[in-house]
Amino acid sequence: MRNIGIIFRRELAAYFATPVAYVFIVIFLVLAGAFTFYLGNFYERGQADLDPFFGFHPWLYLFLVPAISMRLWAEERKSGSIELLMTLPVTQGEAVMGKFLAAWTFCGIALGLTFPLWITVNYLGQPDNGVILAAYVGSLLMAGAFLAIGACISATTRNQVIAFILTVVICFGFLLSGFPLVLDLFQGWTPQWFTDAIAQLSFMTHFSTLSRGVVDLRAVVYFGLVIGFWLTANAIVLDLRKAD
Amino acid sequence: MIETERLTKRYGNLLAVDDLSFSVGQGEVLGFLGPNGAGKSTTMKMLSGFLAPTEGIARICGFDIEKEPVKAKREIGYLPEGAPTYGEMTPATFLDFVADIRDLRGDHKRRRLDEVTSRLHLEPVLLQPIDTLSKGYKRRVGLAQAIIHDPRVLILDEPTDGLDPNQKHEVRSLISEMAADKIIIISTHILEEVHAVCDRAIIIAQGRILADETPAGLEARSPRHNAVTLRLGDTAIDAVRPALESLAGVAGIETHDDGGMTVLPIGGAELLPAVGRLALERGWDVSELQVESGQLDEVFRQITSADVGQETRT
Repeated sequence: MRNIGIIFRRELAAYFATPVAYVFIVIFLVLAGAFTFYLGNFYERGQADLDPFFGFHPWLYLFLVPAISMRLWAEERKSGSIELLMTLPVTQGEAVMGKFLAAWTFCGIALGLTFPLWITVNYLGQPDNGVILAAYVGSLLMAGAFLAIGACISATTRNQVIAFILTVVICFGFLLSGFPLVLDLFQGWTPQWFTDAIAQLSFMTHFSTLSRGVVDLRAVVYFGLVIGFWLTANAIVLDLRKAD
Repeated sequence: MIETERLTKRYGNLLAVDDLSFSVGQGEVLGFLGPNGAGKSTTMKMLSGFLAPTEGIARICGFDIEKEPVKAKREIGYLPEGAPTYGEMTPATFLDFVADIRDLRGDHKRRRLDEVTSRLHLEPVLLQPIDTLSKGYKRRVGLAQAIIHDPRVLILDEPTDGLDPNQKHEVRSLISEMAADKIIIISTHILEEVHAVCDRAIIIAQGRILADETPAGLEARSPRHNAVTLRLGDTAIDAVRPALESLAGVAGIETHDDGGMTVLPIGGAELLPAVGRLALERGWDVSELQVESGQLDEVFRQITSADVGQETRT
C-alpha cells in the first residue's frame, strides 16, 4: 500500500511537471464548454440540468483519455525507466495501481474543474443536484474504465502513437457495443447469447443510467469490473513483456 | 552471495545467455567483460530481476529472484545500461522518490540523501530537471539512486560510460571504497577499469563464460606477460639482437620505432634475470629495462575471437 502511494505521488507530480497537464485541462474544459453550449443547446433547452454537458462526455473521453493513458507505460519503455521501476522492490500490481490511480485522479481534477457549469445551472434555476452528483460519479467511473483500457494497451508498446490509436479503437468498440455498428459485426455468425453479452458491455448504456441520476449498483459494479479486468491484464502484459 | 545456476536466456531463436553458472561472494568486485552483444547486459537484467531467465536460477543473498523478487530486489542496487531515470524530475525529487520506495525514513533518509549527493557531487544540479543535465551528471544520478540504500549487492551496467577521466577515476574509487562489505558486479568494455577496480573478471562472448580469473591471471595469458622491454643508449640494436635471440626461453624480439625493443618469452618464462646478466657481461649501454605484465586487451581479443566451441568453459 505504501508503495502504491509513493508511485501515485510521483506520477501525479509528473503530469504537472510538464505542460501536458495544463494543455489537457484547458482543452478538456474548452471542449466540454463548447459542446454543452453550442451542440447541446444548453440555453435553448430552457431546462435546469446538465444533460447536454454529460451527454458529450463519452465522446470527449474517447479522444482525450487515450491521450493521457498512452504515455503511462509506453513512455517508460521508450526511455528505459521501466527497467528502473521494475527493479525497485515493488510488485507489478503496486506499479499498475499507482500509475492508474494517478491518471484517474488527474482526470478527476479535470472533471472537477468543470464546476462553474454546475454553479451556472444552479444560478439559472433549481436543478436536481442529486442527479448531477450521480452523473459526475458516473462520468468519473467511465473515465476510469477508458483509462484502464488505455493503460493496458500502453503497456504493450513503446510507441505512444500506436497506444493512442489502439486505445481509441478499443474504447470506441466498448462505447458502441450496444449499437448496430458493433453488433452487426457479430450478428449471424455468433450465437445469440454472445451478441447479447456484447450488447451488455456498452459503456453508453451503463453511463446513461448513471447520468440520468439513477445510481444503479449494476452500472457501478460494471465499471468496477471493467477497470479490474483491464488492470489485471495490464499487470500480466508487463510480466510477459518487460523488455523492449 | 550471488549464485547463478545454468542461467539461460533465449529470445526466439537467439541464445543470448547460455548456461551461465557462477557465484560471487562478499567483498568481491566482479567485472563482466565481453564484446558488444555478448550477453553482459542480459545477464545483469536477469540478476536484477528485470528479465525472467528462460532456464536456470539466480539467487541474491539466498533469495530466488523469481520466487521472492521483492526480497531479492531490496538487497540490490542496480544501475541499468544507459542510466535511465525520469527526465522531468530533478535529482532531488528523483532521489527522494527512490529513497521512499527503498523504505528509508526520517533522519536516516536525510543522511543517506546528503551522503549520496555529496559523494557524487550532485549539489549544483539538484534542482534542475534531469533531462537538461549532461551525460556525466545523468550517470551519476543513476549511480546515486543505486547506492542510496547502502545495498549488499551492487549491479552496475557500464557505470563509467560517458564520464570524463576525472569522473571515471572518482567512480572507480567510490566502487573500491564500497567493495569491502558488498558484492559488486560491473560490466564494462574498458579494460583498464577491470585492472583498476575488479579482483575477478569473467569474459563472456556469445552468452558463454570463456574465462573466469583475476585480472593478473588474465594478463598472464598474454604473449607479452613477463616480456622484457629495453632501451639502449649508445649500443646499436643490431649488435645485441643475436645474443638476445639465443637466450633460453626467448620466443622473439620486437623492435619499436622509438629505439626500444621487446624480448618476448616462450610461455611466460621469466627473462629479466637472464637479459640483465647478458647486458652486464657484454657491457651494453642500457638506459631502460622493464618487465611487461601483459596487456589485457590483447588477451581479451585472443579469448573472444577464438572459436567459442573449442574454448574450455569454466
